[in-house]
Amino acid sequence: MKFGIVTFPGSNGDYDAYHAAAEALGEEAVYLWHKDHDLKDSDVVILPGGFSYGDYLRAGAIARFSPIMTEVVAHAKRGAPILAICNGFQVACEAGLLPGALMRNISRRFISRVVTVRVENATSMFTHEYFAAQVLRLPIAHGDGRYIADPDVIASLEDDGRVAFRYSAPDGSIGDAYNVNGSVNSIAGILNESGNVLGLMPHPERAVDPLLGVPDGLGLFHSLLAGVAA
Amino acid sequence: MSEVLPRPGDPAITPELVKEHGLTPGEFDRVSKMLGRAPTFTELGIVSALWNEHCSYKHSKNTLRTLPTEGAAVIQGPGENAGVVRIGDGIAIAFKIESHNHPSAIEPYQGAATGVGGILRDVFTMGARPIAMLNSLRFGSLDSARNRYLFAGVVRGIGDYGNCIGVPTVAGEIVFDPAYDGNPLVNAMCVGMLREDELILAKAQGVGNSILCVGARTGRDGIHGASFASEDLSEASEAKRPRVQVGDPFTEKLLLEASLELIRSGHIVAIQDMGAAGLTSSSAEMAARGDVGVTIDTSLVPVRETGMTPYEILLSESQERMLVVALQGHEEAVRAILFKWDLTAEVIGKVIAEPVYRVTEGDTVVAEFPGSDLVTQCPRYDVPAREGADAIRLRAMDVSAIAELPEERDPAWTMLKLLASPTIASKRWAFQQYDSTVRTNTVVGPGGDAAVLRIRGTDRAIAVKTDCNGRYVALDPRVGGRIAVAEAARNVACTGARPLAITNCLNFGNPTRPEIFFQFTEAVAGISEACIALDTPVTGGNVSFYNESPTGSVYPTPVIGMVGVIDSLEHITRSTFRNVGDAIVLLGDCTDEIGGSEYLATVHGVTGGAPPGCDIVRERGVINTLLQAIQAGVVASAHDCSDGGLAIAIAECMMSDAEATTGADIDLAPWDSLPDRAVLFGEAQGRVIVSSGDADRVLQIAAENSVPARKIGVVRSRDEGLTIRVGRQKVRIGTDQLGEAYHTAIPKIMNTTAQAIVIDEVEGVLA
Repeated sequence: MKFGIVTFPGSNGDYDAYHAAAEALGEEAVYLWHKDHDLKDSDVVILPGGFSYGDYLRAGAIARFSPIMTEVVAHAKRGAPILAICNGFQVACEAGLLPGALMRNISRRFISRVVTVRVENATSMFTHEYFAAQVLRLPIAHGDGRYIADPDVIASLEDDGRVAFRYSAPDGSIGDAYNVNGSVNSIAGILNESGNVLGLMPHPERAVDPLLGVPDGLGLFHSLLAGVAA
Repeated sequence: MSEVLPRPGDPAITPELVKEHGLTPGEFDRVSKMLGRAPTFTELGIVSALWNEHCSYKHSKNTLRTLPTEGAAVIQGPGENAGVVRIGDGIAIAFKIESHNHPSAIEPYQGAATGVGGILRDVFTMGARPIAMLNSLRFGSLDSARNRYLFAGVVRGIGDYGNCIGVPTVAGEIVFDPAYDGNPLVNAMCVGMLREDELILAKAQGVGNSILCVGARTGRDGIHGASFASEDLSEASEAKRPRVQVGDPFTEKLLLEASLELIRSGHIVAIQDMGAAGLTSSSAEMAARGDVGVTIDTSLVPVRETGMTPYEILLSESQERMLVVALQGHEEAVRAILFKWDLTAEVIGKVIAEPVYRVTEGDTVVAEFPGSDLVTQCPRYDVPAREGADAIRLRAMDVSAIAELPEERDPAWTMLKLLASPTIASKRWAFQQYDSTVRTNTVVGPGGDAAVLRIRGTDRAIAVKTDCNGRYVALDPRVGGRIAVAEAARNVACTGARPLAITNCLNFGNPTRPEIFFQFTEAVAGISEACIALDTPVTGGNVSFYNESPTGSVYPTPVIGMVGVIDSLEHITRSTFRNVGDAIVLLGDCTDEIGGSEYLATVHGVTGGAPPGCDIVRERGVINTLLQAIQAGVVASAHDCSDGGLAIAIAECMMSDAEATTGADIDLAPWDSLPDRAVLFGEAQGRVIVSSGDADRVLQIAAENSVPARKIGVVRSRDEGLTIRVGRQKVRIGTDQLGEAYHTAIPKIMNTTAQAIVIDEVEGVLA
């Protein structure tokens, strides 16, 4: 399977996504330059973490106008998988690939730590290797990660099973004490209506090597590999 | 030589103007003699920028020459943008530490942010990819709102810049002491990685080659920033806030990628950061290193404001700019790389055969200096050094006579008090604002004895740490200097790394005062002794003088940044206890020393007594013992014993990792003849707490290295808590109680006080 990783000016998670795909999974990986219109035949497109365009104006607000985004949106419309991580999640929301928005953390501080998240949907193309309610340890590193959306959007996300991950206690319980950035309903990751676009604030691509900690991000990549034949 | 005439509108060169530029009458005469005439206004600006303390090291150079700078691992020693050492497998590490104290004192957010930006540029201009950032910070007591504002602002500034760039901030230390009231210390260290054959130097060469200004455009910000850093802070400093530069980490990220692409492209022969004193300093230093002439035309420099004079363009400290020497005929290729990253690049000058440093504005010569005299003929000063009476008096204090407080009858009270003192307490509140995991190399992040980063594609890792106990240096600068190096080495060795080399950031007061100069020369001598004994040469660094506020000088604080190498990933060792039932072994010995301790400062409010002795041969033995035991596979955890002494170090081994806490049963009967408080809280040097499944083997290795060592206890479960038998007492305390004191102290202070105001007011342009 071929992973295409978009490099916006200011992306810094592109390197980690590349190495997760190329080293941890042993799959083909290519960088996609923001000024190009070429997805280089990628099967999966990753919108990586970072500070695209410095996050000036608003996180992700400028990146959505990059030439490459036209192709990314078209790729999504074809039903192909788009994995939008951290700043990529913000870009995906700005580009209309996902509903809602990511606001400043409730503490108003940048938060970098390992959190526990509960798998809410264990049937999507990104998550079927996990089991329902499995608790994962994943790193977060963001200043703007508080997910919000209109009540009717939240209701439809919840009703359709499109909440993919929720911040939780290590035992899987949900509560304010574990809602690290103050997201609505502790939402850490969501799927689009067709289930082929996943946006999440935690970094699965930083959790694929046992040397660096529990490799709980691997399940996400293995789900993609198992689910999308090359 | 060309004829140099004053520009229309230049102010007349008067003694007042000379003084405003920070030059003494003697220095002015020296310039006039060099030129054979009086300097023009533009030339005066250039000299002022290059001959201030920050750029010229005029009070420190003679002393710095005494430091050991050579060793088998050293590829590049002092004098370049950063030092470089080889770690094996063809991989080299570039690293350097630098201060941004003065800007941070008046504008903490931008001051700290641009400090991070500057040191990053120093490392990537060597051709190295930055892989880690560290910070060594000193603030006054958190009891003061001003200090809380400075602490919060500096942490935010470091975080916002480093996080955006995508370089993990992995380690450092933060100390709080009233000695730093009004003059915080903000030292940033950057570590980068390169292949040995990718090294590039900042040495102008090749007559006919072009000089390009690349990166951001030049504005009027930061003019005379370097001179500002070369004077004492005072009430008037606030008015110099405009001299603080403003950082743009997004542009820096682009500049980082473009520079590395440029260096790998083969189109350039040299690259240099435009840091302190901007274009002036970078161009003059590159020319001097290459021993060539240069000519620069200021009218070709891309500017962001109209009407800038040559004086302003030369002295601007606008951030995120580089000076590049491109091969003749390759200028367009260089520009193409910069344009790809949406940055500017313009040819602004040439390397010439004529031995001269010349600046023109169009065709008019506005400044000209012969050869590299500007850099090489800078004055050097040796100041009489004499120890201050206060230091002598404090050191002589009989601290053993200080009566114990009634509460101290239960040492558990003292332990909790020390664990909650901000210098010892967990700094997670700060570290959590730094992205420490980006680039996925961080094996041990903030909170460990040293940070550990794996080197991708090899079986190696590096360990990095900064250290310095300024209180020790204030009480005895030579011993304090030695301890700073020894402690950094011990910390690095605790992770399984062989200490390799250091960079240093020497923060002192006003060097023209004999007692300050004494501290400086003595501390450097101590550093030198330790570096020679531990075979960790100095590869570069930075001197920051004039760290004084109206209330006096800061503690002399020579911060050591240490790099070590771990030859196998299997040897990476952590600081906290791993297995219930493991033996706890103390490498090193207890003494009756309590002078200069955190215990005296926190519990009794006393800074006094002689700091603990530092036997550097013993230190080497401890490090060798540790590394041999780790390589033999018999060390489960290793933790340096430092601030707060043995009792605090044991508590940290139990609960500093909140997700894997343990207990411990400790018996200190062998030291019954010593005062209990010295055994528990004294800071005798050369000590490490090791937990092991094979204590006998550890003790045997220690004996082979002539290092005293003893089994002092056993790792217990968290529910069993901590038991210490000392003297006639038995101390009992729960693990969670220790953890609560340690983990919540700083959040309690920072989240309930002026925090909201701080966040609202300090919201900078990077937010």
